[in-house]
Parts: sequence; structure tokens; C-alpha cells
Amino acid sequence: MGLNNIKSQFPIFSKKINGKPLVYLDSSNSSQKPLSVLKSLDNFYKNEFSNIGRSIHSLAVSATNKFDETRINVKNFINANCKEEIIFTKNATESINLVATTFGQQNINKGDEILITELEHHSNYVPWHYLRETKGAIIKFAPINDDGDIIIEKFKELVTSKTKIIAVTHLSNVTGTIVPIKEIVEIARKKNIPVLVDGCQSAPHIKIDVKDLDCDFFAFSAHKVYGPTGVGLLYAKKKWLEKLPPYIGGGGMINEVRKDKITYASLPEKYEAGTMPTAEVVAFNESIKFMKSIGIENIVKHEKELTNYALEKLKKINSLNIIGNPKNKAGVISFTIKKIHPHDISTIVDEYGVAIRAGHHCCQILHQRLNLTATARASIGVYNTKEDIDVLCKAIENCRKVFELK
Amino acid sequence: MDLKQLYQDIILDHGKNPRNLGKCKNFNRDAKGHNPLCGDEVHVYLDLNSENEIKDISFEGAGCAISMASASIMTDLIKGKDISASKEIIKDYLGLVKDKSELESKKITDNEKTKMMSLSGVKDFPMRVKCATLAWHTLKAAFDNNKEKVNTEKFDK
Repeated sequence: MGLNNIKSQFPIFSKKINGKPLVYLDSSNSSQKPLSVLKSLDNFYKNEFSNIGRSIHSLAVSATNKFDETRINVKNFINANCKEEIIFTKNATESINLVATTFGQQNINKGDEILITELEHHSNYVPWHYLRETKGAIIKFAPINDDGDIIIEKFKELVTSKTKIIAVTHLSNVTGTIVPIKEIVEIARKKNIPVLVDGCQSAPHIKIDVKDLDCDFFAFSAHKVYGPTGVGLLYAKKKWLEKLPPYIGGGGMINEVRKDKITYASLPEKYEAGTMPTAEVVAFNESIKFMKSIGIENIVKHEKELTNYALEKLKKINSLNIIGNPKNKAGVISFTIKKIHPHDISTIVDEYGVAIRAGHHCCQILHQRLNLTATARASIGVYNTKEDIDVLCKAIENCRKVFELK
Repeated sequence: MDLKQLYQDIILDHGKNPRNLGKCKNFNRDAKGHNPLCGDEVHVYLDLNSENEIKDISFEGAGCAISMASASIMTDLIKGKDISASKEIIKDYLGLVKDKSELESKKITDNEKTKMMSLSGVKDFPMRVKCATLAWHTLKAAFDNNKEKVNTEKFDK
């Protein structure tokens, strides 16, 4: 399958927004869903629904197998060692909370250090803050330069004998910075420090190979990878999942339950308590198939071309300022326009059917670092085209007209 | 929905050149407010005399055209009035930007009415209502001597 006419696979693009064709440039927030994913959800509920892993009737067996099939395909998609290393959660936020809580219980004591960066989304800061509150941990922020790149020399200096874990984004949801994870893992390995990668923004847009990255944990969300909401993923090296305590307790995650003692299920069930978002996990398999059918290399190439096209066109707009200029940038373009607040930009371009995000994008630390309160952000997905960028630019020009700026 | 209804000339004027911006001299009451969704912050200062009249009012803050204009228009309207009239105007205004089509207060002139009505366009842009109410909720907190920072998420549900 090629990239021509890809919008036709996404039913939402037949909708009109404010009377105009939808130009969706908010994929960093969440992606739209191809028809195959929607059909799978519908079909599963209509024809195949049953809870998994419990009953032994035919529907339960078939549902369990389908659920497991997604796990195997996720394992292949990110090149994990085995399916036991793939845990389903509610979203990437829950995946990171799972690691922070269980790793923290076992390994964090007063005065221990957690190293994150100024680029992090709140979901890769707040869970660690809990350990600061409950355990007296210290959180250190590796600084970035004005381009939005992590200053590796400073990063190295912040790794000390007290650093217990490093948690870092793979791709910034504000500047589009692609973070050199392998370089960071190499620094961490020298001191035997585990690395958690927040892969929310990278999983839909670049090739993910956890063996090659050699990170200990990798978290992402299905809904950003053209999949349903309600499904998050956590990859963790098996040694960690075996060693760390369970997270949420309840049905499905136990082995034996006695009045005085409980033993836990083996992996991956140990971390999947209660009824899981079954239909959504099953449908997520279709998202992976969709990505594979296009080919991640083709996605990277298409989005790179589009990003360059957008940057070139946006830079020509009077008084528009693009936030960050990282060495390696993906299709996330945050910007400000002199004398027009990002919320006003978003409202005005919406009249053209253009969906962008405005605000701090859950990155208040980064916005403080850049002396900004809010930015407007256009983020690219596989379905976007040069025409979308043209409409965006035209809509931005209209902001200046509405505000009567020359 | 019509952008011109939202971004009327009065709003653009007040948004670009906010009146009463800064910390007024001799303020004796103040309150802070914020909108956690977008990060907008506002700080309202009042100089109240012993008759409960607003001798002076000002605000500090940074935000979108709607929030700056609504704060600016608010300070313009409230200056010189007493607390009870001001509270009536606040109530009237909060109704106007949400669901009411007319203003009921008898304590405002036609000119003041026009200014307030210029913000009624936000009704058609539900995501922007909080931009238009932040300063007004904060003013109310200042009257009530409420020291807790106003959070728009607690209103306008």
C-alpha cells in the first residue's frame, strides 16, 4: 500500500468542519483511526465478544487468542525479545506510573536521584514527583539548549552515584526533537542505571527497535499509533518485570489466593489486573497492520518531506516564530505569532477546518525554560498532505487579517 | 459561527491596548486567578475606599485577546462603582457569556452595555468561555477577600 489517497482509509476525513474539509494537524495529541480499526472494534463486539483468559467456552478461547495475537504483533513491531515483555495498560501515562511506582517501591530511598529532562511531558514528570513526595527522592532536569536539544555534556554531569533511574522522552511533543536515546543509554550503562523511554511521540513516526535502543522500559499509547483509546503499552526487559512487585491488584493477576498469602501470576498477566480493554487491544492489531502495510520507512520519508515543506512555508509568514531548531526534527511544529495569542490562532484557523493545538501541551517546564506561556502546534500524521499545509498557512495569514496586523 | 462576532472591534482594541494594565497605586485588595487548561494567569488589584467604592482597579496578566479584552473592559466598567453594583454587573456578565442574550442590570449605561455585549460572541465558542470569565471570577474573589487562587475549572462547567 502506498501513501496516495491514504485519507480515504480514514472515515473522519469525509466530514466537514465548519463547512470545510478537515485538515487534521493534531496527531501529536491523538491520531485519527483507519476504517480497518473501526471495523475490528465493531466486529469484535458484534460477533466475537467475550472476556479473555477466564472462561473456557469457545468465544472466550477465540477472544483470548486474538488478544494474544496483538501482543505478539506489538512485540514484533518494537522488536522485543518475547511477548512476556509486552504489558497492556490504559495509556502511556499509566505505563510510566507503573514503572515509577513499582521501581520506586523497591529501589528509591531518601536522597536518591531521578534524572529526567526539560523536554518531558507531564506524564514523565508527575509520576516521579510522587516519589519525591513519598520517598524524598531528588528529581534533576537535564537542560536543553535554545534549539531544543539536550546538552549531552550537561546530561553526563548530572549522572551521579545516586542516580537510580533515567527517564527521557524519545521525541518532544513541542519541539519535535528526536532525542539520541542510544547515546543516553550508553551513558547510563556505564553506571548500571536503567533507562525509561517515553515513546508516545516516537512510536507513530520513527522505527522503534527496543533491542537496538537497549532501553529498560519503553512506554507508548495505542491511540497515537492510529489505534483505539484506552490502550497503553509498556515494554520492559523481562528481568525487571520478574523482579519488580505487581502494580494494580485484582483478578487475573494472581496465581494462588489464601487467607494468609497471595502469589502472583506469571508474565505478562502479573501486570494486567481486571478486565482489560479487550476489543480495543484486538483492534490495535489492525493499527499495527496498517502501519506495516505502508512501511515505517515510507512513513518516515513522507513525514520528513512534509515537515520540511511546512517549515519552509511557515518561516515565510511575517512575524511567525518556530519554537526550537533541533538537529533531528520530526513533524511537530510549535510556533508563535507576534501579537496574536495561540488560543486566538487556534480559534481562527478552526474556521478553515484546521485542527491544531494551542497551550502548553502538558509541558509547562519546557515552556518556562523557553520563556513562553503558550504556543500553537501543528503536528503531522501519515494522512497529511502538502495541501493541508497550504490550507494551514492560508488560515494563519487570516489570523493576521482578523487582528488587523500588517 | 462568525469570527467577526467573536473578534469585534472593541475586543481587538482592548486586546491590543488593554486599559488599567499593571499594579495600581494604593491597592488594598487583590486576587489571583488562573486557567489551568491554557496556563493563562491574571492578578486583579483594587483600591477600595471606606464607602466600599472602587476608587481604582487594575490587572496584570498575559493571555489571549479574549481574556485581555474581557479584563480590560471589566476594569473600565467597574472603576468608580460600589461593590454591590459591581457584583450585580459580574452576575449579569457571567450570564451573558454563557446563556443569556440580554443584560438585566440597571446600573450600567448604554455605552457600558455595548462594551459588555461585545463579549457575548464567545457563547458560540464554548472552549473560549473561560478566557472571557477568568478576570471576572478573580474580581469576585477580590471582593470576597478570597486568598485562594481562582481556578476557572471550578466554574463554568
